[in-house]
Amino acid sequence: MQSYDVAENGLRGLNAALQAQSAETNQTHWEVQNPKGSHAIAVGLDAPIEVTVKGSTGYYCAGMNQRATIKVEGSVGPGVAENMMSGTVVVEGDASQYAGATGHGGLLVIKGNASSRCGISMKGIDIVVHGNIGHMSAFMAQAGNLVVCGDAGDALGDSLYEARLFVRGSVKSLGADCIEKEMRPEHVELLKDLLARAGSDANPEEFKRYGSARQLYNFDVDNAAAY
Amino acid sequence: MCGIVGLFLKDRTLEPELGAMLTEMLVTMTDRGPDSAGIAIYGAESDGSAKLTVQSDQPDEDFATLAADLGAAIGAEVTLRANDTHAVLELDGSKVEQARQAVRELRPGLRVMSDGATIEIYKEVGLPKDVADRFSLSNMSGSHGIGHTRMATESAVTTEGAHPFNTGSDQCLVHNGSLSNHNALRRKLKREGVRVESMNDTEVGAAYLTWKMQNGATLGEALESSLQDLDGFFTFVVGTKDGFGVVRDPIACKPAVMAETDQYVAFGSEYRALVNLPGIEDARVWEPEPATVYFWSH
Repeated sequence: MQSYDVAENGLRGLNAALQAQSAETNQTHWEVQNPKGSHAIAVGLDAPIEVTVKGSTGYYCAGMNQRATIKVEGSVGPGVAENMMSGTVVVEGDASQYAGATGHGGLLVIKGNASSRCGISMKGIDIVVHGNIGHMSAFMAQAGNLVVCGDAGDALGDSLYEARLFVRGSVKSLGADCIEKEMRPEHVELLKDLLARAGSDANPEEFKRYGSARQLYNFDVDNAAAY
Repeated sequence: MCGIVGLFLKDRTLEPELGAMLTEMLVTMTDRGPDSAGIAIYGAESDGSAKLTVQSDQPDEDFATLAADLGAAIGAEVTLRANDTHAVLELDGSKVEQARQAVRELRPGLRVMSDGATIEIYKEVGLPKDVADRFSLSNMSGSHGIGHTRMATESAVTTEGAHPFNTGSDQCLVHNGSLSNHNALRRKLKREGVRVESMNDTEVGAAYLTWKMQNGATLGEALESSLQDLDGFFTFVVGTKDGFGVVRDPIACKPAVMAETDQYVAFGSEYRALVNLPGIEDARVWEPEPATVYFWSH
């Protein structure tokens, strides 16, 4: 296993070393010591390696990830796994605002709570939050699945496109054009798989599904007076 | 973008180290605010006396005979402790308003940074480390303090534009964000007779809180109503004689992290600012909720 101390060797060296790994690398396991809340830890990775960050991080941890598995043994600042393409990011603690924003693919697991704007503009990523999420989550979310084992804050799924939202607890309020939808057997199956991969023992039957009412897709002549 | 740090000590044995701890937190936030920096520190209280912290661009001239001149003007004993461009004047607590007036007449170029029984505010233009060094902030002791690093967006980079702002006796405000209705609010406050010296948005926010409290609101109530009356982005941290409070606007896009242990409550714009505090590994760390007023006091 490779070990890298951010306090001693600096952030640029860490990202350069991790980004230099190819698909055939033998250095498949990395441990990052002393992150001390630094920004942009383990960003832009593009190899099937495993990275464990031993502590909490600042902004944009694991951003733009492809194929790597990144585990943070602490909490993360704003924008964790932003624009992730594939791979897995697991946060043992809490995540600050806009976790998983614009993510195209892969799995983001937050074992604590995520704050506001979780999954904003998500485009195919799967996000599983073991705790609660804050306001304006999944705003303009286009594709992918957001699973919340706890409660959701205000304006969930505002201006939602085709992302699926599953919440086990309460939803403080739904955003414009977001509605509760029927949980069909295929949704329970999908949830069962996502929860298992995210290490959650929550019962998929207890979740409610939310999605787009598709009323904002096209111009409605009845709204002409509003413009 | 700006940086805010705050530290409220529960463990009195840490008080001699308050300045050193806050300085380290402040300097870590340099990336968020390299223009100017300031700190409000709540130190020891002496019976019945008040502290007036003043700033001058010509400290040698202005401070030379200030204590004697002011003492004569208000008919009371005044002591002066100069610290670079700032000086702390200690005087009879009942003479504060008189002293503020007298300072304006005696030294028109002087700016009053703060008044109160325990508060001292130091702020200047420059890198946070340079500002901290010139005032020897790391040698200061106290029960709690708030610091700010500024990246100006709404007004000029000047001493008056730096934070913290004194909002009333022993009270101060620091702000990360920008207020968009400050011009209208400034005009409104002016009509109400509230003095706002600069074109800075946060000073208007501070004056708004002062005005609310002059009209009978508690600090908590003033902060609650700020959520209605102030438009824009803000994470505010307010200092009081007994502690400090935090409030974020309902959108809450300006970052905030809190940490609490048996020894302290700490605030940082980012977790980075907190990483060297004692016992941070086992602290309860969380993000304050939007549109929610938090307070800690002794």
